[in-house]
Amino acid sequence: MDRILRINMGAEGGPKAQVEPLGEYAGLGGRGMTSSIISREVPPLCHPLGSENKLVIAPGLLSGTGAAMSGRLSVGCKSPLTGGIKEANSGGQPAQVLGRLGYAAIVLEGSPGGHDLYKVVINKDGVRIEADNSLRMLPNYDLVSKMREQYGERIACISIGPAGEMKMAAASVACTDPELRPSRHAGRGGVGAVMGAKGVKVIVLDDTGLKTRQPRDLEKFRDANKRFVEGLARHPVTGQALPAYGTNVLTNIINEAGAYPTFNFKDGQFEGASRISGETFAELETKRGAGPTHACHRGCVIRCSGIFNDRDGKFLSKQPEYETVWAHSGHCGIDDPDAIAMLDFLDDNYGLDTIEMGVTIGVVMQGGVAKFGDARAAIDLVHEVGRGTPLGRVLGAGAAVAGKVFGVEKVPVVKGQALPAYDPRAVQGIGVTYATSPMGADHTAGYCIATNILKSGGFVDPLKPEGQVDLSRNLQIATAAIDATGMCLFIAFAVLDQPDTFQALLDLLNSFYGLELTADSVTALGKNILSMERDFNSRAGFTKEHDRLPRFFSTDFLSPHNISFMVKNEDLDRVFEW
Amino acid sequence: MQVTVKLFASLSRGRFAVGVFDGEAALTVRDILASLKIPEEEASIIFINGRHEDVDAAVRDGDTLALFPPVGGG
Repeated sequence: MDRILRINMGAEGGPKAQVEPLGEYAGLGGRGMTSSIISREVPPLCHPLGSENKLVIAPGLLSGTGAAMSGRLSVGCKSPLTGGIKEANSGGQPAQVLGRLGYAAIVLEGSPGGHDLYKVVINKDGVRIEADNSLRMLPNYDLVSKMREQYGERIACISIGPAGEMKMAAASVACTDPELRPSRHAGRGGVGAVMGAKGVKVIVLDDTGLKTRQPRDLEKFRDANKRFVEGLARHPVTGQALPAYGTNVLTNIINEAGAYPTFNFKDGQFEGASRISGETFAELETKRGAGPTHACHRGCVIRCSGIFNDRDGKFLSKQPEYETVWAHSGHCGIDDPDAIAMLDFLDDNYGLDTIEMGVTIGVVMQGGVAKFGDARAAIDLVHEVGRGTPLGRVLGAGAAVAGKVFGVEKVPVVKGQALPAYDPRAVQGIGVTYATSPMGADHTAGYCIATNILKSGGFVDPLKPEGQVDLSRNLQIATAAIDATGMCLFIAFAVLDQPDTFQALLDLLNSFYGLELTADSVTALGKNILSMERDFNSRAGFTKEHDRLPRFFSTDFLSPHNISFMVKNEDLDRVFEW
Repeated sequence: MQVTVKLFASLSRGRFAVGVFDGEAALTVRDILASLKIPEEEASIIFINGRHEDVDAAVRDGDTLALFPPVGGG
């Protein structure tokens, strides 16, 4: 992983690939790589869909090695949704394959002059860029099955669906899982629209003939990996709950905590929660011949993903993640698991961020476009988006735009990006992360749910403002660092609670690269990434007034705790003081 | 007194999802866990009426007690 592949889509005579040494980007991976390239090379005031923006795709520092859990991919750009810097993160196979192919980043630059749609094929022999207009407007599943016919079973794909081609601000970048389903997505911030603006439909990766990346000290690396895997197996969340139920195990607990946003953030509890909970999904999946335990990439030992079959035992979608379930269920008042799995499939197939799409549907339900609880209408609305009808275009632009179009006052967005599945009034810590993350409202950027609700990494009372700024700051720093390693964020449950598992993670990095990183170096890395991102946003015109939740979270009280968001603005402004 | 008890994820296996617990006054969460034969370390997250509590918390007539094993996601 000692090279950067730059593809100038606007080169004279057609797209040109150029392979460069790492240069000033040596030692960077994942979000560290994407945010460095974006902050140094992209003019912050550029139009996100214009030729000056770049789409950077980077495996993490440990991707492509034998380290467990190292298959996360970072996709970065200036976001068409937020107008700020973006790193969207995905599981699936591409990070491992890209790492083995030796590329620390693929950078898509420039704009193609014509209207051709391109595919990029990368294997051990090099890079081929071909116009292929037969792929136009293909949904992700159809596209990947075509790629499988052409290039065989050993590929991994990074692709966009029709939403990305139409440059919708809710468009995702899809990554294939080990069975070549395009079901893992770099969802947030409209990264798919930027790939669409570059005219790239799919990147096909094939690592046939290439080996796993070799560590500097193989013996130490193996020992560290063994301790790391043992630590993940020992922790009850990563060893038991996540494989048994997946992320949707959270529905019941967030609902019990009164933090489950229902009917567009009106209530904190949903009557239908038990019908769409992780326990219910897992039981249904097993009964229908699929199941809740599946690895989204080779080398994953947590296996929190799953497969959802329809009533006839035929594949319908992957097991929808907690936030996907929430966005389409509680938020829209829908409590039918089959409808939710269908919505998950349609989002993946058209190439849409499930959070942005679900939140948008709930917002326009509030605006009178459909009734809360109407699953059929929700499905029809996603088809409108996939077809690109005028209504579909409005919805595909995300919750902020759709809310304006339909005259909705309560639009749950920060920096234009929809809030995920935790009401910040009943989990005050996550409100700090939503407000201040350079990414816009993003739960993964500093997952205070862990400590506010799940009692992982200690406990800070979710219903009080005290302690939340420090909690969010520390988690945002740790997350930025983990996002640079290529490690799945879910290792954090074990790493936060078990010092020996954290040490095993450090030992993996140190033995692989011949480094002597300590806990302090990890903190420094996280701070450095956040500082670059904040600096980009500041140059793009963001001020502290953008680090705020929508006003209604301070003025409208949420049942059952009858509580508002109480963290003071001046305290939000202290999050990045270190 | 009567307390509604909700058990989630692995805690409900071989027990129940929602039940009503009849008991003497002055009960604590620990007493209810003991009578349900749930080891204390397994009920790592305890809510009474949607608020985090610990095993020593008193349970009152009409309360809803929700018990979770260690869970995570996101």
